[in-house]
Amino acid sequence: MIIVIAIAGLLMAVGAVGAIWRIIKGPSALDRIIASDVLVATVMCALGAEMAVNGHTDTLPVMLGLALFGIVGSVSVARFISSRDDT
Amino acid sequence: MNLDLGFGADGFGVRDVITALLVLLSALMCFAAGIGLLRFPDVLSRLHAATKPQILGLIAIVADVAVTNPSVGTVTLAVAIVFFQGLTAPASAHMAGRAAYRTGHFLSDTLLVDEFARVEKPADGPDLDTPGAADAPDGAEAAEAADSTAELGDDSDSPADDLERR
Repeated sequence: MIIVIAIAGLLMAVGAVGAIWRIIKGPSALDRIIASDVLVATVMCALGAEMAVNGHTDTLPVMLGLALFGIVGSVSVARFISSRDDT
Repeated sequence: MNLDLGFGADGFGVRDVITALLVLLSALMCFAAGIGLLRFPDVLSRLHAATKPQILGLIAIVADVAVTNPSVGTVTLAVAIVFFQGLTAPASAHMAGRAAYRTGHFLSDTLLVDEFARVEKPADGPDLDTPGAADAPDGAEAAEAADSTAELGDDSDSPADDLERR
């Protein structure tokens, strides 16, 4: 199981670093919004993986909150970019 | 992969195998999203890469938690998480894709079909002066419906459906 945890942690870390790199570099604000959504999804997957490996369910409400309110930032920014483009 | 390393003497149950496989699937989705965000050229294709861990990775990891701890509360929370993520992730992706189209942050030569161009012209900059953008309710609504179905992937009969809807 330790090998599985190491491989999964490495893959999730590479995904999170790619998202952070796109947040830093992204040519437009939409790229940054999409990358921050990916970062939130990666954090949710990491929380769930930690729960599944350690056999507890303590952070399931945190995942529910992220699933509910992860829409707010991206929709508001996309809404304002739709009418005013300042990248 | 040698699955016997790192385990106790009690062996490696079916539940552990399922846990390992689902964690690896979710981690692979996160990895694919990161690589896709780095490698894809424009906003719309990055949006395609971004939806992988949001739905499939989350379904895998939540099913993993539900398999590891099977109880009524866990399964209820897992179903609620998948339901609300499936409700909110397409909406935010649709808004981001629409904003990308309106502000011209996409490569038009990578598009096979551009149905939305018949109603609304993609702009290079702010398109506040485009007449079909904000004050054409019927055409904009029909185009939004057609565009959302095309973005969600089931664009099998989109042109006929679009004409019929208008």
